[in-house]
Amino acid sequence: MIGELIELQTLEASDDRIWCVAWNPIGTLLASCGSDKMIKLWGREGERNWICKSTMNDSHTRSIRSVAWSYCGNRLASAGFDAKVSIWERQGQEFVLQTILEGHENEVKDVAFSRSGLYLATCGRDKSVWIWEYNEEENDFACAAVLTTHTQDVKQLKWHPQKDILASCSYDDTIKIFIEDSDDWSCACSLESHTSTVWACDFDATGKRLVSCSDDRTLKIWQAYEKNNQEGIRSTNGIYPVWKCVCTISGYHKQPIYDVKWCPLTGLIATACGDNSIRIFREEESKQKDSPPSFSLIASNTQAHLQDVNRLSFNPKEAGLLASCSDDGTIKLWRIEQKLM
Amino acid sequence: MELSSEPQNLNPTIYERTEDRIIQESDYDNDVRDEIDRREIFDLIRSINDPEHPLTLEELHVVDLDGITIDNQTNTVQVQFRPTIPHCSMATLIGLSIRAKLLYTLPTRYKVGVNIFEGAHIQESQINKQLNDKERVTAALENQHLRAVVNRCITTSES
Repeated sequence: MIGELIELQTLEASDDRIWCVAWNPIGTLLASCGSDKMIKLWGREGERNWICKSTMNDSHTRSIRSVAWSYCGNRLASAGFDAKVSIWERQGQEFVLQTILEGHENEVKDVAFSRSGLYLATCGRDKSVWIWEYNEEENDFACAAVLTTHTQDVKQLKWHPQKDILASCSYDDTIKIFIEDSDDWSCACSLESHTSTVWACDFDATGKRLVSCSDDRTLKIWQAYEKNNQEGIRSTNGIYPVWKCVCTISGYHKQPIYDVKWCPLTGLIATACGDNSIRIFREEESKQKDSPPSFSLIASNTQAHLQDVNRLSFNPKEAGLLASCSDDGTIKLWRIEQKLM
Repeated sequence: MELSSEPQNLNPTIYERTEDRIIQESDYDNDVRDEIDRREIFDLIRSINDPEHPLTLEELHVVDLDGITIDNQTNTVQVQFRPTIPHCSMATLIGLSIRAKLLYTLPTRYKVGVNIFEGAHIQESQINKQLNDKERVTAALENQHLRAVVNRCITTSES
């Protein structure tokens, strides 16, 4: 091991499962949600201490599966098992319920704002991915597309870090890439290699690579090949980039992997696993230019939580600051330290 | 999940119940370290009621001691069950009841897997996948109607 995962603080967030944590884009607030139907915002008190700054508990009637921030940081969205998506807007120090988006038939599992601020995406057990378009004049979201490419439950969504390109992960073992083409959203690529539910995925800082994690206890690294690439890899229609699995990381995780995050600041990959562990992987410097990428485990904590770890979030401003949440009802803050060889 | 009024397996074979666990003297000794064993797991689930018949899962041979493994080193529990007929539409509900019962009674450190005995159901892999997806299980147990049905199955006169 050439790194260390140092526990900084434990936040007793709930008596029940915490499903999701998410840092705001400037890294000053951490939002959390879970089975207690509450959203909590955590902020710094003094230099080191993080405390609960506010609680929103009157929007959802069932578990809140995930929360997401808009890139401007003034809007927060929550996805609930009650089939609703709530949009919250900053008013001073508080976040106030602005609107509720309805349309999904049953459990909404994830929600995500695009980098451009133009779109919001939601997904759920009804197998659909919805794209909502932001209307600035009315300060509201209207449905722009309902994508039914997945054949099962859609678990998680991730927007490309620069473009309006969406990746979705599903119980049907695939990841789909959606892009907008002359006002129409369509599936540009289906990433098929996992042998069970894909729980989550994340782009690297460039958006040219993607990491995914699965119930099959592996991580996979995918690479985008643009049209006319040197390797001669062609997509079916010859226009959209085609994504290929270039690396599989197996043998480390003992249970389903529920989340994976690719840190845009450090390039480290962190995983949240059903075996109570958090693991940190780093890419090895390749000796040859064209050799496939390889990753090594540089730090881990096999007892990071008392129960399943559900989600992770890298602080977007403070390199190496990581938040995790668990079925054990706690949120933990960690610092990853990399040691020189 | 649809519940039909007509039982699918009208005339199931009924098996005898196993003897109660024999209490040893050491069971009362607080100084003896006593880990949870598979017989205790079996005792938790054998009295679960079948959704269709006024019989327990043990009496219908849906669960037995051989289908249970426990590893206290890794805190893992595996339960296999056998639907009475290979096209039983109740299989998911039975599996969910087993999962719910263990969720409500076992210490939280255990990782529980619930699966159908290999070859015992035509939709074995789909049902196994559903029963071991914690998000779907959580959502199912949050559903009022389903939770009421599950609670009826796992409520027993003994407990």
